[in-house]
Amino acid sequence: MEEKSIEIKGLTKKYGGRIAVDNLNLTIDKGEIFGLLGPNGAGKSTTILMILGLTEVDSGSVKVCGIDSSRYPLEVKKKVGYLPEDVGFYNDYSGLQNLMYIARLNDIPEEGAKKAALDILAEVGLDDVMHNKVASYSRGMRQRLGLADVLIKNPEVIILDEPTLGLDPEGVKKFLQLIVRLSRKKGITVLFSSHHLHQIQQVCDRVGIFVKGKMLAEGKISSLAQQLFSKNAFTLEGVVSTVGQEDNSTLSLKELVQKMDSIPEVVHVEMKDSRFVVESHKDVSAELSRMVVQSGYGLNFLSKKEYGLDDIYHQYFQEDNNT
Amino acid sequence: MKNKVLRTGILKLKELKLRDWARQLHSFVFTGEDAKTDKGTFPWAPFKAMVQKEISDHFRNWRFIILFVIISLACMGTLFATLADGMKAIAVDSSGNNFFFLNLFTKSNGTLPPFFGFVGFLGPLFGISLGFDAISSEQHRGTLSRVMAQPVPRDSILNAKFLAGIIVISVMFFTLSFLVLGAGLIAIGIPPTAEEFMRIMVYTVLSIVYVSFWLNLAILFSVRFKQSATSALLGIAVWLFFTIFYPLIANIIIKAYEPSKFASPRAIYFYEKLKFYLVQLMPNELFDGITSAILVPSVRSLGPLSMEQLQGAIPSSLPLGQSILLVWPQFTGLLALTLLCFLLSYVVFMRREIRSRG
Repeated sequence: MEEKSIEIKGLTKKYGGRIAVDNLNLTIDKGEIFGLLGPNGAGKSTTILMILGLTEVDSGSVKVCGIDSSRYPLEVKKKVGYLPEDVGFYNDYSGLQNLMYIARLNDIPEEGAKKAALDILAEVGLDDVMHNKVASYSRGMRQRLGLADVLIKNPEVIILDEPTLGLDPEGVKKFLQLIVRLSRKKGITVLFSSHHLHQIQQVCDRVGIFVKGKMLAEGKISSLAQQLFSKNAFTLEGVVSTVGQEDNSTLSLKELVQKMDSIPEVVHVEMKDSRFVVESHKDVSAELSRMVVQSGYGLNFLSKKEYGLDDIYHQYFQEDNNT
Repeated sequence: MKNKVLRTGILKLKELKLRDWARQLHSFVFTGEDAKTDKGTFPWAPFKAMVQKEISDHFRNWRFIILFVIISLACMGTLFATLADGMKAIAVDSSGNNFFFLNLFTKSNGTLPPFFGFVGFLGPLFGISLGFDAISSEQHRGTLSRVMAQPVPRDSILNAKFLAGIIVISVMFFTLSFLVLGAGLIAIGIPPTAEEFMRIMVYTVLSIVYVSFWLNLAILFSVRFKQSATSALLGIAVWLFFTIFYPLIANIIIKAYEPSKFASPRAIYFYEKLKFYLVQLMPNELFDGITSAILVPSVRSLGPLSMEQLQGAIPSSLPLGQSILLVWPQFTGLLALTLLCFLLSYVVFMRREIRSRG
């Protein structure tokens, strides 16, 4: 049996009458990268605070590396590196000084800490600016310094709360690569919270979808997608043009819809004015475009709709409402 | 024989209990609520690092430098005002005391208030300015959650802020006291007596306690309020209330109870007591009482005295021990207020949820 890094059982947190986290159960294995996916205000940050013992637990229990974090937060904090969203630094200190301060707070012997700090700063790519004051750092540099901060204590678990917020796409890519590399190299468990599906998709082994304090679905990305889009995996959207095409050979729009519907894989067709949406099991864009042209219409555009986070939430909300 | 065995048995038992007690006390003192009990040692090194950082932050802060310069200038100014005019101000004394050095702290030629007046007036401001953004600025910068995610007990940050503040205040007040002493030594030419020196040291320590009360109050506000400006303003408001408005209110109340000329001694005594206790609620009044008793050895009571109590008293100065005894209630009150503020900050802070910002 694999060792569990984080074990959450029946975790509940209320703010006044509002339930922020509702009876959450979650286990994360050692060395795993787990993505916590959810919209803003879903209770991701609250869950993370409870894992660290930074806020009180109303009911349930959290164990990190087998240690109860509401009773022994200090022991947990020794093993867990936490990068809060929008992390702050002491602006009139240099990056190295900020890092050394954290090393001192972790009771790491001075000489060893200095060497480790230099190594880590080189690893996150801040070695050329480490003597500059943090006030002069860019958003991406601060975020990387935050990661260095987390790594200096040599953690067994890393918790990242929206670490890519406010980074440019290139910065996000580099940051994610860095996390994956470090995690794989040192076997660190990573809990990664975000509301960007594609970022989670890039790095995480397993994903939990977290909405309104509840874990709606949990599993590997591939199985999650299958689970979600088994009925109609493809959606095509297009616009037909009718201008100057009013001769006999032209089918009416209604007939066109019927024709589209007759393609075996197509599940559902919706037509409004000249815009249509087709849902199908397979990619039917080639057949569809041929059909439209043969029917005497022009095809202005045809695009495959990508499923984003919105659709997943939407999907889950629908299921939530139905049941 | 039996007796002896019993006695040694009891002795052994006592010894055991004592050791147990000592251990309990040790673990109580040295482990915070956060610390794991089976590894019950307090992480001193991180705490030391925090205190060091806070102190260096204070000393590098412009706010501190400016206030330090203002207070030293004010103190030096009063010192020179006192020493001008051929030291008339210190030398002339009706009660015939010869505490030249103490007079240096309490007397002036009238152009400027005396040294202790400045300390009593600017000290609170200094304490407030050191503490008003202690926690709120960390929260605002987002560094609080970063520090709290490290394996340090939650109270460490409060303790470190408080201890660093006290150290900074102590350094400053001892510097000022020694500066005045040194300047006096040069100007007067005779060294202070042991009694005078001790009195000045006691006064310095007590003024540190006084300023640490304001420091604690400011820290309490900074824990409670998210905006540093709010806590600063509130600190100053409390200070203004106690220095300006409270005496006014107390006066009004006292006026209402003023007895007529022909009132019984009992009524007059009650009136005087009321006057005394109403004023004693103020921390600055407590401190004024302390300074006058410590720095003016001839003060023999801070409250009202009846004629019987004065009968047979020899008009001479009190020894230091007696002066300290005299201000002991005031000192205890001041300490209690300080601890109360500290306790409240603890209660507010320990159960708080620490989000990254705001």
